[in-house]
Amino acid sequence: MSHEHVSNTKRIWTVFGLLSIITIVEVIFGIIKPASLYMNSFMAMSLLNWLFIILTLVKAYYIVWAFMHIEGEKSTLKNAVVLPVIFLVLYLLFILLTEGNYIYEVFKNSTIKWNF
Amino acid sequence: MEATVTTANSEEKTWGGGNEPMKASYGKLMMWFFIVSDALTFSGFLAAYGFSRFKFIETWPLADEVFTHFPFMHGVSAPMYYVALMTFILIFSSVTMVLAVDAGHQMKKNKVVIYMFLTIIGGMIFVGSQAWEWKNFIKGEYGAIETKGGSLLQFVDKEGHRVALADFATTLPEEREQLSRSKGSWFMSESSLPSYSVAEVQAGFKAHPDLLIRTEVITKEKQKTILSRKDSELRLTQASLVVEGANLTHNEYGSKLFADFFFFITGFHGFHVFSGIIINIIIFFNVLVGTYEKRGSYEMVEKVGLYWHFVDLVWVFVFTFFYLV
Repeated sequence: MSHEHVSNTKRIWTVFGLLSIITIVEVIFGIIKPASLYMNSFMAMSLLNWLFIILTLVKAYYIVWAFMHIEGEKSTLKNAVVLPVIFLVLYLLFILLTEGNYIYEVFKNSTIKWNF
Repeated sequence: MEATVTTANSEEKTWGGGNEPMKASYGKLMMWFFIVSDALTFSGFLAAYGFSRFKFIETWPLADEVFTHFPFMHGVSAPMYYVALMTFILIFSSVTMVLAVDAGHQMKKNKVVIYMFLTIIGGMIFVGSQAWEWKNFIKGEYGAIETKGGSLLQFVDKEGHRVALADFATTLPEEREQLSRSKGSWFMSESSLPSYSVAEVQAGFKAHPDLLIRTEVITKEKQKTILSRKDSELRLTQASLVVEGANLTHNEYGSKLFADFFFFITGFHGFHVFSGIIINIIIFFNVLVGTYEKRGSYEMVEKVGLYWHFVDLVWVFVFTFFYLV
């Protein structure tokens, strides 16, 4: 390894602080469940759930970028790792969640019942 | 390592190894691509969980009613605190891991040893916590009734608080022995019988006029539906099974699929943590005997670190989709 290694301890602790704060915020929201977020929904999911998912993605970003130190890798490696995962996960979620919702509507609106 | 590939001679070397276009060693690259495939595996599981949840969106269990235990706090409803603590433990062990990698870059053997040791301890505490969580989930708290159609009935009092089967079921003079292998005619046996029979629960329900039944259906206020006394009595006539706790076929908290996915996904993640601990221990001893000191590079610590952070990353998503959303 030719490139020099400077100590990243300060950044590591900063990221740890950030991850902890996000987790605490998530738990607080999960316990009090503010009605304005919990009862209103956007695209078939409550705003609270959207908030949780966005905060989770922020946490994931910091884990991958700072702890796994992908920010220090060459952009070819970064793209080869991150882009396929993002694309395939979005594709998978789109297909499965649409299908799940369709089956829910079949159970709800037609004569087929899972529970009789 | 030559960076130029313009001369005819070095073209052989391009395909002969030793060339690092991504400026990362073979081992590190393969760890990254293993992580990509493992991330897609977990995404598949979580997306399947989402599929089943969207399919039964109106009857899915509410997570903060399922996971309410905290050690040494019996009977106190403490949703989320315990799993938040577990998340902290895992994030913190990720921090000690990255500090070990950082110390490795500076060739400080003693620091690497200390930080790796802390990482291993953190991982063990996490797996232990998960075992405790499983124990509570399997044991159950209140008990419920499963109907012939497969839906689940839970019991509440007038205020809507949950009531355990043990608090109202009567004891009838009936005996049913558990079928064991020694008494079965062929390879027959059955799992342990629940503490009460359906008839005992029905008789107890009749004797307590203030009890009501709560179904799985989620109302507009995002609460479970509570039936009137008359409907409750009618519903209870369809009872077919007493369910206590959760396993792969029955689940007192609600949808059976919830228990199946919980066991499968947290189990698969727990297995990853477990193998991570084993690999960490191996690397820890290698550091201790000075393998990497002699090699002149602590890259092995970095590779196992990547795996460990990945395990943490997966937990962040499991935490969100099983406990928060």
